[in-house]
Amino acid sequence: MIAFNALLVRDMRLAIRVGGGALMGALFFLIVVTMMPFAIGPDLALLARIGPAILWLGALLASLLALDRLFATDHEDGSLDLLMMGALPLELSVATKAIAHWLTTGLPLVVIAPLLGLMLNVELHAMGWLALTLLVGTPALTFIGLVGAALAVALRRGGLLLAVLVLPLTVPVLIFGVAAANAALFGATPFGPPFTILCALTLASLVLGPIAAAAALRHGLE
Amino acid sequence: MRLNAEELACNRGGREVFRGLSFALSSGEAMVISGRNGAGKSSLLRMIAGLVRCAAGQLTLDGGERDTPLAEQCHYLGHQDAMKPSLTVSENLQFWTEFFGARTHTIESALQAVGLAALTDLPAAYLSAGQRRRLSIARLVSVQRPIWLLDEPTSALDSPSQKRLAELMQGHLAGGGMIVAAAHGPIGLERARELKLDPA
Amino acid sequence: MPIIDFANPTRFLTIANRALPWLIAVTVIVFAIGLFYVMNAPDDYQQGATVKIMFLHVPAAWLGMLGWGLMSVAALGTLVWRHPLADVAGKAAAPIGAAFTFICLVTGSLWGRPTWGTYWVWDARLTSMLVLLLLYFGVLALYWTAEEPSRGARAAAILSLVGAVNLPIIKFSVDWWNTLHQPASVFRMGGSTIDPALLTPLLIMALAFTLLFATLHLAVMRNEILRRRVRSMRLMQAQELAEAT
Repeated sequence: MIAFNALLVRDMRLAIRVGGGALMGALFFLIVVTMMPFAIGPDLALLARIGPAILWLGALLASLLALDRLFATDHEDGSLDLLMMGALPLELSVATKAIAHWLTTGLPLVVIAPLLGLMLNVELHAMGWLALTLLVGTPALTFIGLVGAALAVALRRGGLLLAVLVLPLTVPVLIFGVAAANAALFGATPFGPPFTILCALTLASLVLGPIAAAAALRHGLE
Repeated sequence: MRLNAEELACNRGGREVFRGLSFALSSGEAMVISGRNGAGKSSLLRMIAGLVRCAAGQLTLDGGERDTPLAEQCHYLGHQDAMKPSLTVSENLQFWTEFFGARTHTIESALQAVGLAALTDLPAAYLSAGQRRRLSIARLVSVQRPIWLLDEPTSALDSPSQKRLAELMQGHLAGGGMIVAAAHGPIGLERARELKLDPA
Repeated sequence: MPIIDFANPTRFLTIANRALPWLIAVTVIVFAIGLFYVMNAPDDYQQGATVKIMFLHVPAAWLGMLGWGLMSVAALGTLVWRHPLADVAGKAAAPIGAAFTFICLVTGSLWGRPTWGTYWVWDARLTSMLVLLLLYFGVLALYWTAEEPSRGARAAAILSLVGAVNLPIIKFSVDWWNTLHQPASVFRMGGSTIDPALLTPLLIMALAFTLLFATLHLAVMRNEILRRRVRSMRLMQAQELAEAT
């Protein structure tokens, strides 16, 4: 438990300190969402209709691209070797890093999503529900992306490789996240089923992500 | 306590680095691994630390805590310092101390032991290479683990720091610890055994 | 040579410390006069009291753009003349300019609610300001990620100049994009001529905000110089201790 806390606090500190990228994800999210109307046009009715999809896509890209350096910095300065030698199982260490990453990168996305929803003319009453789908869904993105980050560092490649590896895996999260958000917004379909499936996807990835990532690190870093 | 290595073999990138390597090391003993570049010195250390798999043979530890894996009884001082530039000296050391499960009140004395006590609140980014090296040596002092695996421990250290490191190593051996070090030159352990690695 | 004197950070600190109280006093006085005029300004016959948001919104927009202008001049100072204070001036202008741009966007969006019936419209002017804010965020992120101040300053200076060249192009593109999608019949803010009864308070408020900008800029520059001194003193401390032990 002490080791868990220590790692959590360290990673959050690193994200917040100078040179850390805590708010970079939120900034990227803002920029992606801003670019959409330039491509689609400033038609508010249209933007309101596809708003949830834009927000979800933006959040997906922002949380994945921010994961790029999750293990790379620890690998470069030798910390990763020592993390493997601790009493904390590597699976738990990896999960702890993912939690710290989500708290500093994923959570800000959820917080600014309503603001961006406002710019996309998403109905105010549904904004809470939309944020809720992101709150539940973004941890799944982080924990799925975790596997990609581990594979990328094991293969000593960064950048786009992560996105190429991970994006296909996030398809279910995107489908049910947007479905739940649309259900809350337009009421054409019930909110419950897609939302519960989204919860299930998140819970499953919370378990499977760290196991796969730890395996990738163990085999890749010899 | 006794560290036994039987018929170890190591493959790196499809190439056999060494094989049939056996040795035994008991409490209070030190061993210096020497050999040419690429002879597998670092690989052997990483193998004992559990970071590289043995292609053949086995490593066992007799005595000591039975349920703890070998890797968790080792300290590994690699080429990198594993210190974060944006954290302060004490935050860095405190993290590793807590992560390895020791109490943090020892970090003061550990910093004292490597002569960094005056720099406690400075970000590690401000340290020189030698000072960063000393900070990672402080990690060995703050957490009690019986086996020290040191890869070129004297690199980047000036002669007073080398002397201090030698004293720390003597103290560790006197307390019943073991040291396996990879080095090209003398590291200040007169009574250390030597293991010469020849390319297979 | 007063310019040379001013270029010396120590001399600058003395001048800044002496000038700041006066600057603050003048700013407060002009704000008081401006707010008095604003209170007495007539309401718009169409928009009612909401028109008073203009007195905050328009100066903020102007200062948001001024901030980038200042950064570009400072960037030239950093890159061409290697003036010791230029990168401090540029770095200090970035967060203040970003804050004013942000205020402009927030007030614009609050103004939009009663006028357009929604908090955000992809109106050409607001959208340009939004892109400006994104550029500001980029520069701030650059300063934030650079661990060594002088390297970050040069990178930010290059980005400021590229931004300065690009801003008119961005403005033009956004205007074109907007008119392409929205016919000219859409309500345009401030399109008509401004009543003199509104113009006087607007000008005084613009002056007040400009003074506020100057005060903040000077204070931030002073803090930045002090922060750099702290940094170099700590570096020296590490050095000395390395020699002592």
